[in-house]
Amino acid sequence: MASNEIIKLKNISISFDDEQIINNMNLYIRDKEFITFLGPSGCGKTTTLRIIAGFLQPDSGEVIFDGKVINDLPPHKRQLNTIFQRYALFPHLNVYENIAFGLRLRKISEKEIKETVTEMLSLVNLKGFERRNISSLSGGQQQRVAIARALAVKPKILLLDEPLGALDLKLRKDMQVELKNIQKRLGITFIYVTHDQEEALSMSDTIVVMNGGKIQQIGTPLDIYNEPKNAFVADFIGESNIIEGVMRADFWVEMAGNKFKCLDKGFGVDEDVDVVVRPEDVDIVPVEDAMISGKVTSITFKGVHYEIIVEIKGFKWMIQSTDYQEVGSTIGLVIEPDAIHIMKKSEYSGLYGDYSSFSEEFDELSDATIDEEE
Amino acid sequence: MGKKSTLLSRLIGAPYIVWAVIFILVPIGMVAYYAFTDVTGAFTFSNMSEIAKYTDTFLLSIWLGLLATVISLIIAYPLAYIIANSGENRQKIMMMLIMLPMWMNFLLRTYSWMTILEDNGFLTTTLNSVSEEIWGILNEALHSFGKELKPFEPIHLINTRGAVVLGMVYNFLPYMILPIYTVILKMDRSLIEAAQDLGCNKFQVFKNITVPLSLPGVVSGFTMVFVPSVSTFYISQKLGGTGTTLIGDIIETQFQTANNFHLGASLSFVLMILIFICLAVMNKFSDEDGEVII
Repeated sequence: MASNEIIKLKNISISFDDEQIINNMNLYIRDKEFITFLGPSGCGKTTTLRIIAGFLQPDSGEVIFDGKVINDLPPHKRQLNTIFQRYALFPHLNVYENIAFGLRLRKISEKEIKETVTEMLSLVNLKGFERRNISSLSGGQQQRVAIARALAVKPKILLLDEPLGALDLKLRKDMQVELKNIQKRLGITFIYVTHDQEEALSMSDTIVVMNGGKIQQIGTPLDIYNEPKNAFVADFIGESNIIEGVMRADFWVEMAGNKFKCLDKGFGVDEDVDVVVRPEDVDIVPVEDAMISGKVTSITFKGVHYEIIVEIKGFKWMIQSTDYQEVGSTIGLVIEPDAIHIMKKSEYSGLYGDYSSFSEEFDELSDATIDEEE
Repeated sequence: MGKKSTLLSRLIGAPYIVWAVIFILVPIGMVAYYAFTDVTGAFTFSNMSEIAKYTDTFLLSIWLGLLATVISLIIAYPLAYIIANSGENRQKIMMMLIMLPMWMNFLLRTYSWMTILEDNGFLTTTLNSVSEEIWGILNEALHSFGKELKPFEPIHLINTRGAVVLGMVYNFLPYMILPIYTVILKMDRSLIEAAQDLGCNKFQVFKNITVPLSLPGVVSGFTMVFVPSVSTFYISQKLGGTGTTLIGDIIETQFQTANNFHLGASLSFVLMILIFICLAVMNKFSDEDGEVII
């Protein structure tokens, strides 16, 4: 394993009320990296964070920090700090005392405390806010105080539990940039939890995609987007058409009634596979020049582009294009080899990828028979 | 439209305003009127100057009330803390047990303490026989050193100040537990985790977070125990005997037997002001934000 790993999770499992939340999880986190746990709610990402912070004890497995097992170490003795979802600032203390809170417990001289608080306030751009009441601060300012408070005690790792969830979109984007800058400047490890894939893609060095208490894929943002391991990852990160296909030979896949050239190899001949095509990678051409063609069932203006739903052999594709297409018209499509990504079949095959609706929940809402069948 | 709705809201509010005027403001005005007039209805300070005679009674009332409040707080805080931190079912049962005595009549509860504490009562006789036994053993042991204890004197529980304070604590304890319990229960758990995260051990979390954040509950509990304790007359009559006369007793006498409404009113008036001062001091020193519910 890498020599600079700072946290290692070994065979971690935990369940609440007979429900398995984390299932035999193994993971190592390198020093000074920005790692993000990404997944839908209930996937176990916050639970993992709380296990690392020490607020939860795993049922089995080991949490290793700097080579030492820290399972039995209470939170206050761990060299890591947390930014909580709702910031958890102490309402009875002002900004200065909130930031000084951890320092006071460490019996540091008043002069040093003052220096550190001032330094932290300038780090988070809140100079001059020392005497302010917590209740008088805006959400964004409270967020900054929470960051300053956690960083004041000089942790080796900062844990962030959906820290930007309560902020509005523009502020969230600013804070993303700022957090990334702070992490680079201080050179400490950030472990970040979010369900927002865009946030994860834009900030992280490494993304851990989780679902159902299991790690689905670990990789750089680029890897995760371009080479998703299974249908879940492909669907969760960005938009994707996931089509059932058959590998006819190396570099040749058959789907939607046509053969396509691709860049993937190493599958068995005639092996069933899932094929991912990102909506932005499909080109619209006249029908006579097309590889496949289909009927436009809907078109939505999204600002940068139109989102066009095209039905091809009963499967609804999403295509992003800057050109308007009439609903009901037939259009032709071209998919270049580098736009096609082949995945092995998994437990998630067939669950995602059709654009009749955008979420599973909507499917279930509009189709009450699903429940009855189960 | 806007004007109409304010008129409507005024109309809805009207009965309460009338109620407040008739049953709160008018009585206070009447107390003040009686306090500063004599039998003929003429303005006078003589009632007020007569109060000086009762200074000791005032001080005793405030002292015993304070004692009962502090003892209640010492009992209630840990109890409220434990209940608020236990499982949901246990919480329900414990709160039920605390509320249960309050469903019984206040006079009856106090009266039953009278029988428990009286000289021929079970508690006193048991205590006396046990302590007389111990006294004897001690005396014998000391005897071999050539020393001797004073002869044994039986313990009296009823008609002591201790019994009065006990009665106050017993009757008003739930009013201390409830607000503290509510405040601790509603406390944001993530604040406790944040404190641990920053390096607090369990004791430091309690000292730095739980106690300061539960102060509003302590202050309202303090108020709700202190006010009725200071002004009580029934508890002191039944459990304190003739030795412990509180200001409540004097006021009651003025209205019931002495028929001196003017002195009674002036005593009430001064008591009201004293309580107000006590609470103002208490509020001042516990919470600057004024988030206290009196």
